[in-house]
Amino acid sequence: MTLELSHLNRRFAGFSALDEVSLSIAPGEFLALLGPSGSGKTTLLRILAGLDYPDSGSVLKGEEDFLATPARERRIGMVFQHYALFRHLTVTENIAFGLRVRPWRTRPSRAKIHERVDRLLARVQLDGLGGRYPTQLSGGQRQRVALARALAVEPDLLLLDEPFGALDALVRVSLRRWLRELHEELKLTTVFVTHDQEEALELADRVAVMNQGRIEQVDTPEVIYHQPATPFVCEFIGKVNKFGVRRHAGGLAAGAWVCEGDPWPERYNAAWAYVRPEQLRLAVPPAQPAWDAWLRHIYLAGSVAHLDLHVPSLDQSLEADVASEDLARLGLQAGMRLRVAPRSAVLFAQDAGGHTVERERWIWHAQDRVHA
Amino acid sequence: MSILRQRVLPGFGLSLGYALTYLSLIVLLPLAALAWKAVGMGASGWLQLLSAPRTLAALRLSLGGAVLAASINAVIGLLVGWVLVRYRFPGRRVFDALVDLPFALPTAVAGIALTTLYAPQGWLGRWLEPLGIQVAYTPLGVLVAMVFVGFPFVVRTLQPVLASLERDVEEAAESLGARRWQTFFRVILPLLAPTLLTGFALALARAVGEYGSVIFIAGNIPGRSEIAPLLIVQKLEQFDYAGAAALGAAMLLLSFVLLVLVALLQRWSQRWAESSR
Repeated sequence: MTLELSHLNRRFAGFSALDEVSLSIAPGEFLALLGPSGSGKTTLLRILAGLDYPDSGSVLKGEEDFLATPARERRIGMVFQHYALFRHLTVTENIAFGLRVRPWRTRPSRAKIHERVDRLLARVQLDGLGGRYPTQLSGGQRQRVALARALAVEPDLLLLDEPFGALDALVRVSLRRWLRELHEELKLTTVFVTHDQEEALELADRVAVMNQGRIEQVDTPEVIYHQPATPFVCEFIGKVNKFGVRRHAGGLAAGAWVCEGDPWPERYNAAWAYVRPEQLRLAVPPAQPAWDAWLRHIYLAGSVAHLDLHVPSLDQSLEADVASEDLARLGLQAGMRLRVAPRSAVLFAQDAGGHTVERERWIWHAQDRVHA
Repeated sequence: MSILRQRVLPGFGLSLGYALTYLSLIVLLPLAALAWKAVGMGASGWLQLLSAPRTLAALRLSLGGAVLAASINAVIGLLVGWVLVRYRFPGRRVFDALVDLPFALPTAVAGIALTTLYAPQGWLGRWLEPLGIQVAYTPLGVLVAMVFVGFPFVVRTLQPVLASLERDVEEAAESLGARRWQTFFRVILPLLAPTLLTGFALALARAVGEYGSVIFIAGNIPGRSEIAPLLIVQKLEQFDYAGAAALGAAMLLLSFVLLVLVALLQRWSQRWAESSR
C-alpha cells in the first residue's frame, strides 16, 4: 500500500530538521534519501520507524494513520547505522528476537522459529555462524545479521539507516549489489538513508535529494543526474563546473562561448551554468565558439583521467573527465593548449540583484554533435 | 617470544613485581597471620567454637543479612542509577552527590543516626511501632544498617555502564515488536548483569565486615541480633586471641566462597563478551 507523507515538519532546538516534506512511497519501490549531514534524512526515516514524531503533518498508509500506530505495530524492519545488535545474544537469538517477543497467541512455535532463522541465515549467507556472538563477526557479517533480524518479522517496509556507512570500500560495493539483488527477489518496499550519492544512484529506483530539511528533487537516478532540478542538486550530485553567463547579442555567453537559443528573452540577463566534467569537448574546431584553455595537470585515477583546465577568459579552472585510454589517442599532455566548449549545460537564471532564480531552469544541448 | 616482549608501555616486570609485593604485604600477610593464629587452636577447639549456637546465629545473621542487604541494594541501586543517568531534573547533581554520603560518614555516626531514627520514640520508629514493626535492636535493624553502608556501591558501579548503553539497541528492540518490560528484561538487564553483580559483590563484602554502624542499632542480643564481628571483638576483650582468630578465619572462608560464587555467576552473565574470535 502506498505510503503518503504530507507536509511533515520537525524542529529541533534552533533548526528545522524537516520543513514541509511531502513524499509518496510506492509499494515495492527502493527509495534512497540522499543528502549531506543535517539535511533531515535520518529524521525522516526515524519518523517512518516510529522512533520520532513530526511537529505537524501526516503519514498515511492507505486509510491507516501511520503516526498513530506505535512503532512495534507498524510492521517495519529497521537496520540501524551501527547495527544495534544485541551483543549478549548469539546470531540466532538476535534474528529470532522479533519472533520471541510476540504474545504467545501470534508467536510461532519453537520449531517454526528455528526453521525461519535457518532460512534467513542461508539467505544472508551466514550459515553455520548462528552460534557466534556479534563481537565475533566482521563488520559486513554484522550488517547482514542486522538485516536478517529485521527481515525475520516479515515487515511491510524495510528501513535502512546509512547501511554501508561503517564498512570498508570493497565490502561496501559487494554488499550493496547483494542488497539490490535481494530487493529484486523480495520486492519489499525499502527506504534507505545515505550521504553517498554513488550508492544512492546505483541502488535506488528513485532518489529523494534532501537539503536543510527540504526535499529538493525526487526522481529516478537518471533524471537526478542529467536533469537536476535545483542548483543544490547540480552541485551535490556528481562533479560539476559552475560559471556565470551574461546576455550578449547572440544569446547567453561566457567568454568566447555562446549557447544558442534563449529561454528567457527580455526577462533575465544573467544565469549560472553547470557543466559536468564529461560534458566538456576538448578539441573544438576553430569555426565553432569555444574557450582557449591551458591544460595544467592530468590526474590519472584508474579508468578515468581528470583534466585540470585553466580558462583565462573565464578567469577560472574547469575540470574535464576523459577515459584514460583516450589520453594517448587525443595526444593530451600537461602544458598544451586546447579549445574547450560544453556539450550540454544546466542553466539557472539570475535576477537583477544577482540572486539565483531556482524555478527558472534551462537544459541546453549543443545542436551539432561533433565527436571530440 | 617471551611474555616479557616489548609492549607499548615498558616496565612490565617491574610493575608486576611491585604489584605482587604490595598485595602480599597489605592483603596476604595479615591473612596468613590470622590463619596461623587460628590453626594454633587445634581441631577440637575449632569444632567446639563453630558449633556453639551463639556463633552459628552470629554467622548466619552476618552472612544472611549481608546477602539480603546486597540484593536490596542491587534493586534500589539500579533504580537510582537509572534515574540519575537517564533523566534531567532540578537538583540532580545534589542528589547524585548524596549517594556518596554513606561512604563519607563515620560508621558510628551512621549507626547512632539510624538508631535515633528507628528507636521506638524516634521519628520513624514512632510510626512503625504501632504497626508492629520493630527495627531498632532487632535483626531488621542490622539489615537497615547494612543496606545503608552498602548503598553507594551498586549506584557508582552501574552509572558509567548505564551512561554508555546505546539507545539504538533499545530502539531496535522496540521496532522488532518488544514491549517495554521485554526490552528491559531481555535487552537492558542482561547487558547490565555483569556490572550489577560487581556492585552486588562490593556491597556484600562491605556488609559482611560492617561493624561500627551495626552495633549501635542491633541491640546485640546474643543469639538474635548479634553479628559475628562483634563476637570477635568480645573474644578479644576476653584475651581469647585464638578464638577470635578462628572466628575471623571462618568468616573469611565463608565470604570467600560467597564472592567466588558471585564471580562465577558474573562470568556466566558475560559469556558473550569473552572471546572475540
